[in-house]
Amino acid sequence: MPRVFTRRSLLRSVAATGALTLWPRELVAQRAPILTRPIPSSGEAIPLIGLGTWITFNVGNDPVARDSCAEVMRAFFAAGGRMIDSSPMYGSSQDVVGYGWKKLGQPERLFAAEKVWISSAARGPAQMEHSRRLWGVPKFDLMQVHNLLSWEAHLKTLFAMKQEGRLRYVGITTSEGRRHRDFEQVMRKEPLDFIQVTYNVLDREVEDRILPLARDRRMAVIINRPFREGELTKRLARHRLPDWAAEIGCTSWAQVLLKFIVGHPAVTCTIPATTRVDHVKENVAASYGQMPDSAIRARIVAHVEKL
Amino acid sequence: MSEWWTYALSDFLLFSPRTYYRLFELYNAAVWPAQIAMLALGAIMVALLLRPAVWRGRLIAVILAAGWLWAAWFFLLQHYTTINWVADYFAHGFVLQALLLIWTGVILDDLRFRARSDVAGATGLGLMAFALVVHPLIGPLLLGRPWAQAELFGMAPDPTVIATLGVLAAAERPHWHLLLLPVTWCLIGGATLWTMESPDWPILPAAAVIALAAAVWKSLARSAAKPLP
Repeated sequence: MPRVFTRRSLLRSVAATGALTLWPRELVAQRAPILTRPIPSSGEAIPLIGLGTWITFNVGNDPVARDSCAEVMRAFFAAGGRMIDSSPMYGSSQDVVGYGWKKLGQPERLFAAEKVWISSAARGPAQMEHSRRLWGVPKFDLMQVHNLLSWEAHLKTLFAMKQEGRLRYVGITTSEGRRHRDFEQVMRKEPLDFIQVTYNVLDREVEDRILPLARDRRMAVIINRPFREGELTKRLARHRLPDWAAEIGCTSWAQVLLKFIVGHPAVTCTIPATTRVDHVKENVAASYGQMPDSAIRARIVAHVEKL
Repeated sequence: MSEWWTYALSDFLLFSPRTYYRLFELYNAAVWPAQIAMLALGAIMVALLLRPAVWRGRLIAVILAAGWLWAAWFFLLQHYTTINWVADYFAHGFVLQALLLIWTGVILDDLRFRARSDVAGATGLGLMAFALVVHPLIGPLLLGRPWAQAELFGMAPDPTVIATLGVLAAAERPHWHLLLLPVTWCLIGGATLWTMESPDWPILPAAAVIALAAAVWKSLARSAAKPLP
């Protein structure tokens, strides 16, 4: 869980990241540590690819599906992943994450990202405590106000919790471009550690104002819906992977889409969701190797928009 | 919820189709062999519709109410709510419908059927037969789902709702207050299946339209039959 961050680990992470751009791809794939970005408010390194739980981990009491989710988590941690993100809105997802984490022996590398999602500010702490019990963690690393619901009251609570050491980071979320004007205002006003927004090769509205503002305000950025809930990967599966994908170490469209996102310098990580072990491995593999520069990112956009 | 117009139906779908249908498999296994008793009650309901009997309206109302209560308690509250927190609210609606059926059919004894079947009666009977026999077969036979995932009358909401619409279509006069919740469920259920891209999504909306058409037809027929002052 909460990992103590030291200057040494930061230097190691930054050095590894810099060295990767110079290494041959094969060597990187075999030997390199996972690529990370620092959380600006603390410097703690976070791997570029996290794990979302929307829909995929909401499997109720199905024992087969719960075990399958635990295997996804096992593969995620084994590949070097850390951040898992959920919400009280996601049905049984929190409970299933807690089941998987316990089954895997409570790996310490987990970075637990949760949300508070309730209109009553007074009931926020009880909801967060309920979420914590479902996860089975001593405390959450990150707590975000989901979709800005009652954000003013919840942020007061969250900053107080952070002050008391019951929480490490505070953030806000939105998705699919909703309430960006309000979102910006909260970003300008509050000392947030994290924001979470939707960004992908076709939904790039946040490039104009939100991402530059996050950079200016030194906020970490989590990107949700990197595949538009599978719509993008489904659509692109009909098309051949272009030759230039190999230049950035991608062997699948999913990796191209993920590298496009984490290739943006203001982005800290993205949280694709999946039910499949092979997909989680493929996703986390996008945390390794060459990252696309702005020219290749522009090429990815142009190519995908044509398809 | 602000900017509600920016939400698509898919934004409200919390689970995958695989999880949804697997839920029926686990549910069917958990309540076995209650399915046999419920199917027997369904058959009794059809028999009561086909031949006049004392207390038939009351018995049919009790059987339907039992189905709505069973689906509320055992399916919605104990299973569906594990993947969809809105199921708690749905369960309240199902209990309310059961109470309305008891009130109308048992206490007021107002669920009556014509001695001779007419178009509405035949339509109602058709909907009931569909709910009891055809609907459970669609998934396994046409859509490749396992038999264990079959949705049965009195157990699962969709066939229970369709059977209720059949009874209401066959009733002597329209019961608008009894139609409200089943029709609402048809919209919710149809939207859920449509969002999951299930090919059988039109069944629920179609059943609602048929039942409403039967109610309107009976309303018009009753108005026309009233003597002029």
